Amino acid sequence: MAEPHALPATRGRWWLPVSLVVLLGALALGVMVGPAGSWGSADWNIIWNVRMPRVALAGIVGAMLSLAGASYQGVFRNPLVDPYLLGVAAGAGLGATIVFALGRSTTAGWPVDPLPVVAFVGGLLAVLLTYLVGASFGAGRSGVTLVLAGVAVTSLATAVQAFVLQRNNDVIREVYSWILGRLTTATWSDVRLVLPYVVVSSIVLLLHRRHLDVLRVGDDEAAALGTQVQRVRLAVVIAATMGTAAVVSVSGLIGFVGIVVPHAVRLLAGSSYRRLLPLSLVIGAAFLILADIPGRVLQNPAETPIGVVTAFLGAPFFILVLRTRKVAA
Amino acid sequence: MKRRFTALAAAGALVWSLAACGDNSASSATTAAPAATTAPAPSETAAPAPDTSAAGPVPERIVSLSPTATEMLFAIGAGDQVVAVDEMSNYPAEAVAKATALSGYTPNVEAIAAYDPDLVVHDGSTDLGAQLDSLGIANWVGAAAMTFDDIYMQIEQLGAATGHVDEAAALVANMRAAIDAAVASAPKLDKPPRYYHELDPTYFSVTSNTFIGEVYGLFGLRNIADTTEGTTDYPQLSEEFIISQSPDLIFLADSKCCGETRDSVAQRPGWNATSAVSTGSVFIIDDDIASRWGPRVVDYVELVADAMAYVADLSAG
Repeated sequence: MAEPHALPATRGRWWLPVSLVVLLGALALGVMVGPAGSWGSADWNIIWNVRMPRVALAGIVGAMLSLAGASYQGVFRNPLVDPYLLGVAAGAGLGATIVFALGRSTTAGWPVDPLPVVAFVGGLLAVLLTYLVGASFGAGRSGVTLVLAGVAVTSLATAVQAFVLQRNNDVIREVYSWILGRLTTATWSDVRLVLPYVVVSSIVLLLHRRHLDVLRVGDDEAAALGTQVQRVRLAVVIAATMGTAAVVSVSGLIGFVGIVVPHAVRLLAGSSYRRLLPLSLVIGAAFLILADIPGRVLQNPAETPIGVVTAFLGAPFFILVLRTRKVAA
Repeated sequence: MKRRFTALAAAGALVWSLAACGDNSASSATTAAPAATTAPAPSETAAPAPDTSAAGPVPERIVSLSPTATEMLFAIGAGDQVVAVDEMSNYPAEAVAKATALSGYTPNVEAIAAYDPDLVVHDGSTDLGAQLDSLGIANWVGAAAMTFDDIYMQIEQLGAATGHVDEAAALVANMRAAIDAAVASAPKLDKPPRYYHELDPTYFSVTSNTFIGEVYGLFGLRNIADTTEGTTDYPQLSEEFIISQSPDLIFLADSKCCGETRDSVAQRPGWNATSAVSTGSVFIIDDDIASRWGPRVVDYVELVADAMAYVADLSAG
């Protein structure tokens, strides 16, 4: 494998400040542009209560999905893994579908909105199942069996979800708009709900960035170098899953961010996880804030679902990455 | 990826079927024509022709796969001839007693045929019609209405098809009178109020280019979603836009499905600034009534008339 990060260490120094400037620019642009008018012409009420929580939530979700994606790619040594491949999204989607099928009017009186909770539990259960199945067949040694187990669990959860939807045709549109991303209804309470999970998850993942670099040489070699491979893998998977499930539960399923951003960072700044993880966090936040702007203004006053925008930008980029890798191999 | 495509396909199909219903509605009389070959069905012309209905035997085993048609059948006194209704048919109470697991969205023609029907009533959004034709089972199609005349025509067609021509004519006359009275009773305002009609809590709405828009159009209300006309008739509005438009009236058609209420809307951050929330002009319209085009559309019109009166009282003092 090519080792772009073997270049002089100074090469990556500039990227963190540069990416922070990009994030600040994205934040400013996100707050200034919107269907109700630009900064100055729009009501402060709208900017504070509607636009700013949406920008903040987009940033948090983008940061978490990108960081989790980069971490999964490191821990499974598979560049194509994203938070969804392990069943997080399918499990969370199934959980949300079940809540919608129960009827939102049934759950409206409950003291706690069950939607994020059940989506969170669904995502966590799916990954747990993936991990157990993958570990039992592959003796926990290979990332490949885990990914295959993730594919199987995803199919299972998707099948159950399709069955539940079939029995509850009336909720298809609600589930559909949840799946395509729910930044449209972002509030400060959503931000408060996910922030603790995202902060804890990010700290754990960032603390493991050096271990991920060691893991790149292979499990046996990493163990020989003194890394507790199983412990690191478990800690990273749990932290990344917790963060992902938390953001998915409030934002819906926003595709491609977890793959596109880490790969863009790799192309720009090399593939050392010491740099990749913090950069993915910052660039991921900027990316989703920027991707949400066309969502708000493209068909103003109608919304373009953010899942559509990210996939529309993400799919061509993904093809580009695949092509570049082929050339390099 | 697959799940996303599945979801997209499902939603695409839903949107497509909505659109298709709209397009076909004008020709609902002609789409019903196949029934004429095997059963006492309406004539092929758009105008109701009661005299031809007496030609054949009256159906005794009707299966209804459309909640709207179910409401129409029971309202014209054909309820006793109905043997089964689909899972979504929940009105009137006598119809609930005949509820089955049959689905109008994903109809299973074998399960339908097992009821040995002599007339199947559906909304034409699936391929069911062709399947029933091949089994020689008469069927009547009532696609989603775009106008009040579509509704009256469908009721009269069902009356002709089930041997209840007089009751159907009486129902239509009553509906016309009640709607005219409601519209006449509503106050005339110099400046037409602007409204937002909410389909779900993620701010999907409708333009005036829908049957729902037609209902509000009776009163000259103006729809804030109309700026999206031309792209889609069921737009998802951005929250910023709704608040900045500050509609005078909000109609919630998502109380049953999603538990939205006047209070829950008032609690949404930023919504207090809208004219509708600050004046208490938030009205709940039963999800089922707002999504069907049956006899209960009269209730809908009367609710809008009451809302108009409420707004007029506000501006009066």
